[in-house]
Amino acid sequence: MICQECGEKPATLHFTKIVNGEKTEFHLCESCAREKGDSIPGAPNGFSIHNLLSGILEFEPAMGQNIKQQKKVIRCENCGLTYSQFRKIGRFGCSSCYNHFSGQLDPLLKRVHGNSVHVGKIPIKSGGKIQFKRQIKDLKKELQSKIDHEEFEEAARLRDEIRDLEQKISEV
Amino acid sequence: MERFIEDALSEWMKGEGPDSDIVISSRIRLARNLTNYPFPMLATNQQSEQVLGKVSDVIHAEDLKMLSHFERIPLSEINELESKVLVEKHLISPNLAEESRNGAVILSENESISIMINEEDHIRIQCLFPGFQINEAYELANQIDDIFEEKLNYAFDEKRGYLTSCPTNVGTGIRASVMLHLPALVLTQQINRILTAVSQVGLAVRGLYGEGSESLGNLFQISNQITLGQSESEIIHNLYSVVKQIIEHERSARAKMLTESRTFLIDRVNRSYGTLSYAAIMDSKEAAQRLSDVRLGIDLELISNVSANVLNELMIMTQPGFLQQYAGKKLSTNERDVTRADMIRERITT
Ligand SMILES: [Zn+2]
Ligand SMILES: [Zn+2]
Repeated sequence: MICQECGEKPATLHFTKIVNGEKTEFHLCESCAREKGDSIPGAPNGFSIHNLLSGILEFEPAMGQNIKQQKKVIRCENCGLTYSQFRKIGRFGCSSCYNHFSGQLDPLLKRVHGNSVHVGKIPIKSGGKIQFKRQIKDLKKELQSKIDHEEFEEAARLRDEIRDLEQKISEV
Repeated sequence: MERFIEDALSEWMKGEGPDSDIVISSRIRLARNLTNYPFPMLATNQQSEQVLGKVSDVIHAEDLKMLSHFERIPLSEINELESKVLVEKHLISPNLAEESRNGAVILSENESISIMINEEDHIRIQCLFPGFQINEAYELANQIDDIFEEKLNYAFDEKRGYLTSCPTNVGTGIRASVMLHLPALVLTQQINRILTAVSQVGLAVRGLYGEGSESLGNLFQISNQITLGQSESEIIHNLYSVVKQIIEHERSARAKMLTESRTFLIDRVNRSYGTLSYAAIMDSKEAAQRLSDVRLGIDLELISNVSANVLNELMIMTQPGFLQQYAGKKLSTNERDVTRADMIRERITT
């Protein structure tokens, strides 16, 4: 298979984005993949890292200078990265960027992952509360179905379980 | 530390894994970051030094010591050639070797666990297993992750999950990948159809050893693209079932060739074996192709006097960094081709 970008070299990277039923296929050679890296959402790791790093280092000194020139610049208050810089380099500057850019992130994450909300692992130490919340959400669903099926004894047991968990959350 | 650089084959690679006639290795990588520190790209020298210190301290944790003895190698303490060798053994990424500030790697004794510090993210936990053991690799990575989480404060958000420098890793921070040797699918020209199909189910495929050129040695790496909105087990299961199907396709392509074109196969693998045994000049492209042929010959029991381990070893040793390490000096391309041929002859005929 030949690279779809340059039409010369053999393609060594193959992937497809399927977001909301819309498919885009990519068949690229190494060099085109590297160049295209930052414009392909979801390109596997390690593609355009070279360009990206040199990119950020170049405009780092300029940070802070043009704050006043641009109106309504969305900026991470913690690390100083602006949203447009983030779009350009495809990397967040710090974990607070996720909060400061939160209004913009849903469409972006949906485009990359087809989804914008985490459903995987929760860390034990910092995620205790979240773990309980997820359990409560699941139990409430179960509770509703027990009620629907008129299994009231089971429902009562679940209600107690939910109450215990809510108690635990308030203690955390 | 010298062992990490001198031995081509990590101890873990010497073990036989399930389906190792087709699956070379299985790898899990978890990306994690600390709260209160900018990601490595924006961290000051002092900040990345602090991250290095905090993460390094975890090697003294009792739970971790129970898994293995660990050694920490700061990138600043090894030379360019040595770090290249670690890259070729897949123990560190090219990015850590070339771009990191205060970068380091923590390696387990058998090299199946490698934890990179100050790569694109503060922490990258990687577990490598021989053969098709993606679930086993995840279990171990998960266990290590728990140990690190207990000692450190991870950047985690209820909605977005584990926060990473690149939006393509956020959520689970997981990259599960499997390296496959698919010579029969390439020879029977079914590979493009299969790669296209694989790429349509949320997985990425890339050919290996391509130095800006095509996929050499019939090696392909398949990994998940999506990290957010799916659980770790869904991600791994998806990869697992797709790889399982590819293995079946490769096996039946091999079986078909063996019955329908046995003489062609015998000629091909022995021709390559002969060339590797006698050639005095061997470029990396030819070496990759010939090694792939011989490996196929071993797997199909057409060649019996070479072990699969020697082949695995040669695939790593014939790369530029290792060759130069072996020679003890920098080599020009021509010199490399000669050293490569010498090394292959020496290993393959004994
Ligand atoms: Zn191209
Ligand atoms: Zn920030």
